[in-house]
Amino acid sequence: MRFFEDLEVGQRREVGAFTFTAEAIKTFAAQFDPQRFHLSEEAGRNSLFGGLAASGWHVGSVCMKLLVRDTQHQMQAAAARGETVAVWGPSPGFRDLRWVKPVLAGDTISFATEIVDKRTSDSRPNWGIVQARQTGTNQHGELVFSLVATAFVPRRDASS
Amino acid sequence: MTTLTFEDFPPGRFGSFGLQHVTREDILAFASEYDPQPMHLDEAAAAKSMLKGLSGSGWHLCSLMMRMLCDGFITRTASLGSPGVNEVRWLAPLRPGDDVMLDVDVIEARVSKSRPETGIVTFKSTARNAAGLALCEMTSPIIVGRRSPLEESR
Repeated sequence: MRFFEDLEVGQRREVGAFTFTAEAIKTFAAQFDPQRFHLSEEAGRNSLFGGLAASGWHVGSVCMKLLVRDTQHQMQAAAARGETVAVWGPSPGFRDLRWVKPVLAGDTISFATEIVDKRTSDSRPNWGIVQARQTGTNQHGELVFSLVATAFVPRRDASS
Repeated sequence: MTTLTFEDFPPGRFGSFGLQHVTREDILAFASEYDPQPMHLDEAAAAKSMLKGLSGSGWHLCSLMMRMLCDGFITRTASLGSPGVNEVRWLAPLRPGDDVMLDVDVIEARVSKSRPETGIVTFKSTARNAAGLALCEMTSPIIVGRRSPLEESR
């Protein structure tokens, strides 16, 4: 996992893909977003979505899942090489989340993250603040999900 | 039960909803599946993190806020879904044992230009713990059907 100094605007990486089964869509929706078009095929078909559609929060949570998994793989690889591993801080939030197209049962969404901005933190000199655009693309190559997330990233100088 | 339509969402305070009680097990279950970072899973690692103790995933809190919106009014609203979220600010950590409430304001309501039988209602939702501390602020639009003469006669 990289430090603030290692990150450059424009760096992009694919973090993995996830297939949204009808069962997974209904399970998430029953717990967190019990709207009819997330719970029933028929209600989904009769909605603007045109089919059983995943909750947008399910899509965002799966994006987080794949980001974390990919990050942990990177951290393990860096540790195996004997490098100092940067542990990122919490996120203060995100903006401009767009559910561009519905994610329907059976869709496979590939997620990616790209650094769009980086700056030092005035209030926390050991940390930098990085903004990354995260995107999800379906099996037809169509963008379905996008947001711009903010994260605290440790500075290399501070850890030495 | 009457279905709420665009006309039922004038700008201003809409209401307070909840509550959702969040256990340590809830936090661990969500984090294991969707956000398995040590600060959400491991007390010792969490104690050393910026959040100084075990905290729930921000996506868990947002998902709980969605559930409170659903239970509060969205499942009885002529909702057609949402195009996205303008902004989410995670202000304070979600802790094991928190009782979360949601304050909801309508900050904008306008008729859709492209689909004039619908309107776009933008909400500002603030999740608070029992002490009243704001944990998360979310600004998000939903698409809501407008009242039609047909529906009024039901």
